[in-house]
Amino acid sequence: MKLKRFRAILIARNREFLRDRSALAWNFLFPVLIVIGFAFAFSDKTINIYKVGIIGDPNSALIKEHSFFKTKHITFVPLDDLKNAIVKIEKHQLDMLFDLNTRHYWVNNESPGGYILERVLLSSKQQTSPHETTLATPFIKQKVTGRAIRYIDWLVPGILAMNIMFSALFGVGYVMVRYRKNGVLKRLKATPLSAFEFLSAQIASRLWLVMLITVAVYIGADLFLNLPMYGSYFNLFLVFVLGSISMISVGLLVAARTTSEEFAGGILNLISWPMMFLSGVWFSLEGIHPALQKLALLFPLTHLISAARAIMLDGASLMDITPQLLTLSLISIALLIIGAMTFRWN
Amino acid sequence: MTCIIEAQNLVKHFNGVIAVNGVSFALQPGVCFGLLGPNGAGKTTTIEMLEGLITPTAGNVYFNGKKYDKKYSNNFKENAGIMFQSTALQEFVTVKETLNLFTDLYSKSVNIDALIEQCALSEFLNRETTKLSGGQRQRLLLAIALINDPTVIFLDEPTTGLDPQSRRNFWNLVRDIQAQKKTVILTTHYMEEAYELCDEIAIMDHGKIITRGTPEKLLAQHFNSVVLQLPAEDIDGDLSQLPFTPVRNAKHLEFECTDVNTALRILLQKNINLRNLRIRSHTLDDLFLKLTGHQLRA
Repeated sequence: MKLKRFRAILIARNREFLRDRSALAWNFLFPVLIVIGFAFAFSDKTINIYKVGIIGDPNSALIKEHSFFKTKHITFVPLDDLKNAIVKIEKHQLDMLFDLNTRHYWVNNESPGGYILERVLLSSKQQTSPHETTLATPFIKQKVTGRAIRYIDWLVPGILAMNIMFSALFGVGYVMVRYRKNGVLKRLKATPLSAFEFLSAQIASRLWLVMLITVAVYIGADLFLNLPMYGSYFNLFLVFVLGSISMISVGLLVAARTTSEEFAGGILNLISWPMMFLSGVWFSLEGIHPALQKLALLFPLTHLISAARAIMLDGASLMDITPQLLTLSLISIALLIIGAMTFRWN
Repeated sequence: MTCIIEAQNLVKHFNGVIAVNGVSFALQPGVCFGLLGPNGAGKTTTIEMLEGLITPTAGNVYFNGKKYDKKYSNNFKENAGIMFQSTALQEFVTVKETLNLFTDLYSKSVNIDALIEQCALSEFLNRETTKLSGGQRQRLLLAIALINDPTVIFLDEPTTGLDPQSRRNFWNLVRDIQAQKKTVILTTHYMEEAYELCDEIAIMDHGKIITRGTPEKLLAQHFNSVVLQLPAEDIDGDLSQLPFTPVRNAKHLEFECTDVNTALRILLQKNINLRNLRIRSHTLDDLFLKLTGHQLRA
């Protein structure tokens, strides 16, 4: 590989992208508009239903005896893992938590929902015998603090990852098919430039442009929305770099031999739309059909989003997201090798 | 002297269709070789096999006496300049930036300022490549083909679509290249262009070379007559007794004859007005049509 040739193609591609004002503006505006739209849409969200986590037997006598557990408009969610449940209280994803085994309850002091539920609990009665009730609560209070995770906080990593997906798939895949169709690739083939040099330059060009846009949009979103960050910025950057490479490699594979822009567009849409809806950009995958959950694991976007959310919202370390990092690496290596081997100049 | 480029029995099939069927020729350094033929004759396929862009189904290409293969392709690419029939350049990039890009793709290059001067690019150096006129674009593509100081240059229909002025301007550029003793391989539909530029031509049809030689030699070999041309409105008599068969088109009658004096005498005897008579030699157009026929090709 000659660096001079790699650099020449890299610079030419960067110029082409940066000077195409409409495409550049769209790459910045698309994620910003979605984030702003959702921030407004959910800024006035009122909580009509309170969520209470229950650890222990939901059919226990305590549940049956205490009137709190018969209160309307409260959703009781059975849970197994106390540690995770407490984290959910910290992030306001649950309003209150009961451990029936130890008779403890947790509320977040900063949660309005938790405050209301605690008042309801303290005014509820327990049926101590067929004819007796008591206001004395059998539960011991445990205090928790922590700011709420808003829907927009949960959404932003997904939006950033989705923008990476569209920019990588269409910016590499579609552009290379156009190059092949209009003869740019044929002209380059007639020079000493190797396929490896050309493909490396395409990957490098798209990678830094995607990262530039992602970082800029993240900073902008953080300034306006004060995004939570419990993990490391460096780790998040690393996850986005790896995710971008995996998305670019999907684009390269689609463009390796295709000569029709219409066909490439169709294939790219066929790949990107299921990824957009099944990778957890808009909603959690926990509730969807198990078969679809397994299908989602094939998509690099799923692993990118889950790793980014884990860092931003749960403070995950690189060790914690090793499965996602390994999966993204394997997808990237496999697709890049297949893409490079099947690449055709004309 | 070693031939600079040699095609040995080149054959190319595309999905069962024979595009090129046993083409062979060898070129000496410094020659301008014209490959002519109707649409679909196999010119571009032949030239792309020579350029190493298409792998022949059978046969070999030799460059400076060495067989062209994957191992040798970089040496060939470093020493060949190619101007394709139709090619796009990267968008949103200026002429100067495009020249710099291609300069960096080769290990050697000519002096860029001299090349800009030679191909008359200075007036639109900072213009984007998508905003050039046809003639400007062809001059840029020629400059790109010359950027690595090649020893052999392939020009595939370089003046198609250009106005007569731009075409003649381009011919002068090719003559400059010839003056530098570079080998030029040219395909064209314009017989006048081939006659003006080529030292040697080959006419292809149905994937084969049907004749080859210098333009003058081929014309002498295939024609020993001249053409007399008269406007159709000047002729109203009976022409059936003439010793030569006239060919009539919408505007003219044409006669082929070997003895002009006799032909003129006969026409005068028939009281035909010769005021607008034109006498011309056969051209490569006539040769092309004689060898490849008048039928329209797809």
